[in-house]
Amino acid sequence: MKPAPFEYFAPETAEEALALMAEHGVEARPLAGGQSLVPLINMRMAQPSVLIDLNRCPELAYLRGEDGMLVSGPMTRQRELELSETVRAACPLIAKAMPYMGHATIRNRGTAGGSLSHADPSAELPGVALALGAEMIAGGPNGRRTVPATEFFFAELTTALEPDEMLCEIRFPEAPAGSRAAFAEVGSHFGGLALVGVAAQIDLDSAGRCTKAALAATGAGERPTRLSSTEAVLTGEVLEKQSIAEAAEAAAGDVEPLEDLHATAHWRRRAAVAMAARVLHEIADEAGTR
Amino acid sequence: MTARREVRVTVNGRAYARNVEPRMLLVDFLRHECGLTGTHVGCAHGVCGACTIVLDGVSVRSCLTFAVQAEGKEITTVEGLADGESLTALQQAFHENHALQCGYCTPGFLMSLTEFLRETPNPDEGQIRERLSGNLCRCTGYANIVSAVQMAAQRLREKGGVS
Repeated sequence: MKPAPFEYFAPETAEEALALMAEHGVEARPLAGGQSLVPLINMRMAQPSVLIDLNRCPELAYLRGEDGMLVSGPMTRQRELELSETVRAACPLIAKAMPYMGHATIRNRGTAGGSLSHADPSAELPGVALALGAEMIAGGPNGRRTVPATEFFFAELTTALEPDEMLCEIRFPEAPAGSRAAFAEVGSHFGGLALVGVAAQIDLDSAGRCTKAALAATGAGERPTRLSSTEAVLTGEVLEKQSIAEAAEAAAGDVEPLEDLHATAHWRRRAAVAMAARVLHEIADEAGTR
Repeated sequence: MTARREVRVTVNGRAYARNVEPRMLLVDFLRHECGLTGTHVGCAHGVCGACTIVLDGVSVRSCLTFAVQAEGKEITTVEGLADGESLTALQQAFHENHALQCGYCTPGFLMSLTEFLRETPNPDEGQIRERLSGNLCRCTGYANIVSAVQMAAQRLREKGGVS
């Protein structure tokens, strides 16, 4: 099957892109890396009549540290997030999750903003953004507004972005000194369809005690889910076999998985528990508390 | 129908200019407009990797890119790898290791793995298999492809060369 016809614009500035979004509204889709949108267009599951290609707006692709935040443009490629020393130092969780996103060739083209705006419930970056407490900067006809990650993901493929808005910047709080991060995922095969994943960043004091836990699950609901019960169980504890088992089990009550062709809701719930245990064990091993 | 646009690209060092609809995929442009049929269409939704090319220096899926997006850019396809009759180390290793049977997926593997060997000159088997996960082959079972990559990597290291 081939794409249905569409009108194509290739703006060269963010301002021009936003003006086109305002003009074409619901008819238009911004085209970032295209690694999720173009398959839908090829299969005609999506038939936007206007495509606004952001690939010729160099000002939308950047990565910098700023006042304790790692700031990314929407068009920054996933491969850059994966390999950047800035990212590895500021937000190691992002660097650890990136290799799970598709394949290297997909990440060469796929972008930070594209993955977040597409909001596939199984996608890695939305889970990472939720765990880190990222801020999404949405731009539209009325200017810019900040949407916290907790309010950005509504449902499957649905975000807080209005039809004439686009994601203009992502701000990730830098990991505090002494924190550790891990990401784990289970899927049909490596790089293939992801089923359930867990992203974690755990702050540890000098005695190895958890002072703050931040975990989010992907693929275990219609949007990425913060594992608040797991976090509550862990806080104040040293990560060892018993505390990890209890904390991971608590994740079963945090997720609300849906059943589909790939897995039952029960399977996804247990996978969330298993992935939570896996990331916590990895962090405990790194910290030497287990 | 939407207005056709002129697309000017350089493919394997040769310039092409064609008027195409914005909805034309880059893989169809290469095959039907440039006559470069080495790049194959497999799944047409980014899963199989048969259409992998190099666009502006990095490997991409040409089924997930529109031809209009390549305007003004440089492309390398599988036809651009060998120097005349002289195969690259990776192509030669595919040949010697029987790393292909029907060959449909091979151009995509070669384009992806050429980039991989440049980035990872001394890969272990795990790294090779991780990279191979982005390309599907339904004939070989991948074992001979892994051997070919190992052989090519070793020869390139001995030669100190890039391709």
